[in-house]
Amino acid sequence: MPNNRKYNLTVSPDFKPDRIAGWYIFNTWLQKKTGLDIHLELYDNFEEQRSAIRNQQIDLIYANPFDTAMLVRELDFKALVKPADKADEAVIVCCEDNPANCIEDLREGCRIIATDDPDINMIGMRMIEPADLDDSNTTTTQVANYVVLAKRLISGDADIGFFLKEAYDDLTNITKRRLKVLVTSQISVIYHSVLAAPSLADQYESLSQALLNINTDAKGPGVLDALGIKGFEAMSEEDAEFMIDLMETLRD
Amino acid sequence: MDDMNPADIQGDMQEHTLNLYECGPRKVYTVDREIPFPEGKLIVSLTDTKGIITHANRAFVEMSGYEEDELIGQEHSILRHPDMPAAAFKGLWDDLAAGKKWHGYVKNLRKDGAYYWVYATVVANVRQGKVVGYTSVRRKPSRKKINECITLYKELKDAE
Repeated sequence: MPNNRKYNLTVSPDFKPDRIAGWYIFNTWLQKKTGLDIHLELYDNFEEQRSAIRNQQIDLIYANPFDTAMLVRELDFKALVKPADKADEAVIVCCEDNPANCIEDLREGCRIIATDDPDINMIGMRMIEPADLDDSNTTTTQVANYVVLAKRLISGDADIGFFLKEAYDDLTNITKRRLKVLVTSQISVIYHSVLAAPSLADQYESLSQALLNINTDAKGPGVLDALGIKGFEAMSEEDAEFMIDLMETLRD
Repeated sequence: MDDMNPADIQGDMQEHTLNLYECGPRKVYTVDREIPFPEGKLIVSLTDTKGIITHANRAFVEMSGYEEDELIGQEHSILRHPDMPAAAFKGLWDDLAAGKKWHGYVKNLRKDGAYYWVYATVVANVRQGKVVGYTSVRRKPSRKKINECITLYKELKDAE
């Protein structure tokens, strides 16, 4: 049942810059489908977004898996849907002329370059463990996005970079030819999800149904195309809890 | 738990009898062949509160050498290798009961008698304030840590 409240939607800040328009298109579509007054608020980084979440300024979020534990277990957000066929995988990359050919070739003092994407950085740190590398014997430089990351890596500012696989795949062929993949994660069960705050409790069902049926809506395919998503799949409470437990095992 | 079947073993095998907690004796066969941990993957399983496997991901099935339906319903100790000292699992159940994470380096036994090393992390699945099971995630360990464990676990086994 539509109401007169205003709600805030936000999106994990790791979305690709060329998807900004897509999220506005999505929000317009969602408002029409649900009759809710929803404002899209985008944040430049995860810290700003987390602060807004903790200040109860967010009602609906396309959340990074790293933040799912806080949202679900601390703030009682409910998992509604997840994007179909879109798991978060990490790629560890070095410069093409780097003598390393696998993770075990990396040495203490390794210089890492990464964005502030928390789940990718966590997976990346776990994937360098076979070389006995961790926070204590590596240094990490943070950059604003994956394009800058690739440029800095090629310039020799770091030994390895942590990429979201989708972002690495989107680099130009010229850029990729100057880089070398050391390892790609194949985890399959870590993904972004749409979560709703308790303030939307009476709208959980209508929101879920709108998103699950987006493919059959006249304008739905265009919205999905703008987001780079194939569709949405139902996400149960236990699906969210399973992912949170799995993420917990990877935190250290 | 059923004994291992010698017909499943490939290569020169050694016979051992394990005394598994809550399962009693189990005859197992080992061969000296290590299977490398699959690059980029995690081995994931869920168990109930008694350690019975309720979910195994594809990497778990492939690395264990068993079929999925041979794993589901079995004790997690179906993977216990005779080189693992009891002390290596010391604290596992106490840590989990106290709501803590457990980490450890583990040599696992495959259906074909070969083995693979993992760095295992186990967390309790808490739902509505109650522990309803456990998630175990295994990732690739460093060779240096494996070598340290080979020495340490042999000393611990000799002292048993």
